[in-house]
Amino acid sequence: MNRTFLAVRRRLLQAVPVVFGIVAIIFLLLNLSPGDLVDVMAAEEQISDPQVLEQIRAEYGLDKPIYVQLANYVWNIVHLDLGYSFRHSQPVWDVIVERLPATLILMSVSMALALFIGGLAGVVASIKVNTLYDNLISVVAIIFFAAPSFWIGLMMMVLFSVKLGLLPVSGMYTIGGDYSLAGEIWDVTRHLVMPSFALGLFYAAIYARVMRASMLEVSGLDFIRTARAKGLGEKRVAFKHILRNALLPVVTLFGLQLGTMLAGSVVIESVFSWPGIGTLVFEAVLTRNFPLVMGVLLFGSILVVIANLAVDLVYMRLDPRIELR
Amino acid sequence: MSPLLQVCDLTTHLFTVEGVVKAVEGLSFDLDADETLALVGESGCGKSMTALSLMGLVPDPPGRIVGGQVLLGDRDLLQLSEHEMQKIRGNEIAMVFQEPMTSLNPVFTVGDQIVESVLTHRQVSRRQARERAVELLDLVRIPDPRGRFDDYPHRLSGGMRQRVMIAMALACDPDVLIADEPTTALDVTIQAQVLDLLGELQGEFGMGVILITHDLGVVAGIADRVVVMYAGRKVEEAPVDDIFASPLHPYTQGLLGSMPRPGLEERLREIPGVIPSLIDMTPGCSFAPRCAKAMARCREEQPDHATIGDARVVACFAAEEEVAGRGLAVDT
Ligand SMILES: Nc1ncnc2c1ncn2[C@@H]1O[C@H](COP(=O)(O)OP(=O)(O)OP(=O)(O)O)[C@@H](O)[C@H]1O
Ligand SMILES: [Mg+2]
Repeated sequence: MNRTFLAVRRRLLQAVPVVFGIVAIIFLLLNLSPGDLVDVMAAEEQISDPQVLEQIRAEYGLDKPIYVQLANYVWNIVHLDLGYSFRHSQPVWDVIVERLPATLILMSVSMALALFIGGLAGVVASIKVNTLYDNLISVVAIIFFAAPSFWIGLMMMVLFSVKLGLLPVSGMYTIGGDYSLAGEIWDVTRHLVMPSFALGLFYAAIYARVMRASMLEVSGLDFIRTARAKGLGEKRVAFKHILRNALLPVVTLFGLQLGTMLAGSVVIESVFSWPGIGTLVFEAVLTRNFPLVMGVLLFGSILVVIANLAVDLVYMRLDPRIELR
Repeated sequence: MSPLLQVCDLTTHLFTVEGVVKAVEGLSFDLDADETLALVGESGCGKSMTALSLMGLVPDPPGRIVGGQVLLGDRDLLQLSEHEMQKIRGNEIAMVFQEPMTSLNPVFTVGDQIVESVLTHRQVSRRQARERAVELLDLVRIPDPRGRFDDYPHRLSGGMRQRVMIAMALACDPDVLIADEPTTALDVTIQAQVLDLLGELQGEFGMGVILITHDLGVVAGIADRVVVMYAGRKVEEAPVDDIFASPLHPYTQGLLGSMPRPGLEERLREIPGVIPSLIDMTPGCSFAPRCAKAMARCREEQPDHATIGDARVVACFAAEEEVAGRGLAVDT
């Protein structure tokens, strides 16, 4: 355990330069894109006097050379100061922390759904290989893989909210609803159903395919024959011996896809007006609120680093041949 | 006394896209309790398929047992349901496989894998199963069995893993142990150790052992009787001493000729030709194309199993003639 702890610490330390590298690259890219905060303000406030604009730029430090701006930014990050969002009249840190829980809830529920539904579908498809069940699962998986998640989201809205009236259309809370804890949890859960399925089903489709292939591959290996030779029943062979080994590629894929899932949540949050950092970053880009965009991306990359480390730890638990270094 | 295991006319075919592979064709032999029977033949002659047929583990598709009987006591294993077969596998008949490196599940400890074997067939507590597993590890001469219990297979050498496989197979005190080339994948010195171990355990447990090998050298020290297989069929069966002293079938003679022996300076004689395809079998004896003694009759007719004396069987026209010439009784 102690060795694991040391390895985790080393990995986290290694991640620090990576995160700073990401910060620098994003910072430069954002500065290459046309327009800045002041342009947006100018358009919104109908200011056209170039002198006033220059004054505002000087105030925010936007007139300095890029590398100075970058150095300042990094210096501030080290002091946990992510800048100020003038739109929200709040420090960027506070804005993000306020929105983060919503995204974390959406992501973790979507991931859990994807793993559970996809994994189960893959296992069933592999056990019933080349039967009607298998084909049905394949077809459904292809549909969810091919259909864009925002479209699935919109179709769900039409069906479950508009036509059937079962679920709230969007947002995370009902305004003026039940404010007891249980009532609130129930309310959030109802709001969560559609966005988490819309985001999770795409990944479930991928996991179902990978799980099926992986189960079939493992079931042909020698040690599965050994398990059968012991007199184990098919269920035990499948759910103990095959599944444990077949999970490994799925976990690898899962780790690789965490980042893209974060990106996918931006779209889904926008579709469902989910008050997470996805919607936040969307607005922030439109309004050239660069400190906020930077802050969100910084949080995102740290999240991915930590999640990947967690995946590695899980992997190590699943496969004794792997040791964390 | 009737034999422990009786295999009669076992026929296992593999239905592949290229055609029907006749992997095992009308194979018969008996196995007594307390004896070691060697099943010998070149690669691809159907030895593993025979073993898997006895275990009810023929991969389906493509394989299927299309005929015969496998009698364990008075039960025909081929007539049992999958569920009934599961109670026999690992319990009354156990098997050790050829590839120790890949035959253990990499994600479970060796101890847990042995415990699983015990718990599958015995109503004992986990603790008792654990004790039994440690006992078994000790029995197969694994040093520090308690320490090794929690090791994962990748930490053990090939020889150690094969010992674990043996321990696992012995977990429920089987009546029949099938060892499918248990030492082929191992170093020569380790091979000898594992074979010795098998021999000793056979005596200790009083099991009937079917030892599958392509190496007659392995057979000499350990087997009581030998069944020689060629292209899915039994071509000769005899007590081990007779096989070495006076092999009857030209194929057996060829196998012995190609076997390296100490003190023998002459070059090894390979059997010329290759093993025939098991898909398009010629009407005659399948060994005829490679046989120096082949006659016209051999290419047209499949020789039957002729019983010679009271313990030998051979399927060869030339051998029958020779034996008859020596004035021995031939019973076809
Ligand atoms: N899954 C399969 N599909 C098609 N043919 C197969 C399959 N498994 C085995 N065979 C064929 O069946 C025949 C018998 O195979 P088997 O594995 O019993 O041979 P063996 O005597 O055990 O050989 P070895 O010494 O190499 O282990 C071989 O000709 C082989 O090519
Ligand atoms: Mg084999």
